[in-house]
Amino acid sequence: MSDNEIRTAIAEAISDNDVILFMKGSPASPACGFSARTVAMLEALETPFAAVDVLPDPRIRQELSALSKWPTIPQLFHKGELIGGCDIITEMYESGELATTLGVDAPDDAPADAPAGGELQPQSAPMGIENRLA
Amino acid sequence: MSDARYPVLQMPSAHEVKTRIEAAIPGAQAEVDTADEVHFSALVRAGAFEGLSRVQQHRLVYDVFEGELGGAIHALALKTEVS
Repeated sequence: MSDNEIRTAIAEAISDNDVILFMKGSPASPACGFSARTVAMLEALETPFAAVDVLPDPRIRQELSALSKWPTIPQLFHKGELIGGCDIITEMYESGELATTLGVDAPDDAPADAPAGGELQPQSAPMGIENRLA
Repeated sequence: MSDARYPVLQMPSAHEVKTRIEAAIPGAQAEVDTADEVHFSALVRAGAFEGLSRVQQHRLVYDVFEGELGGAIHALALKTEVS
């Protein structure tokens, strides 16, 4: 897959999924604390989201950051627009703005403070970007 | 004296991070903390943030350290406010 094809695949994934998270690892086994926390916040709001692991190929992160003009991972997109990384998502979660932006009602049992996220897992086996975008 | 043959990797101090943010963004005031000189947290207030989304505000700060995030600066936890 050429760099250009990777960028096209990323752009398509962003436009095809209302809520999409680019992260290190997968939602079930995040490989970075910031990604784990972001997943935990989305799960606390019980909002469905697509996830792409950037670790299997360094070009995914490179092309994503070139596209989004955002240097760090994770990156959360809503309806094609970058909402932010872990810091912004945490701020928005705690103010209630994240639920509003995503158009979900926060469940009654959602914690007021941003949840810490689960334990970090060892990096999962390499997987092609095609599979993650399905 | 440093030996030119063995350049020392310059680790930015919290003060340097603060100074660079304030120099790059007009009217910005930054409070910067670091426990280990590689992970930083910063609260940046600037009039220049007026009318910008959070993403745009953070981009202005990230741009100050282009190429250094993930390198000498492992992580920069950021909070921005309009002053």
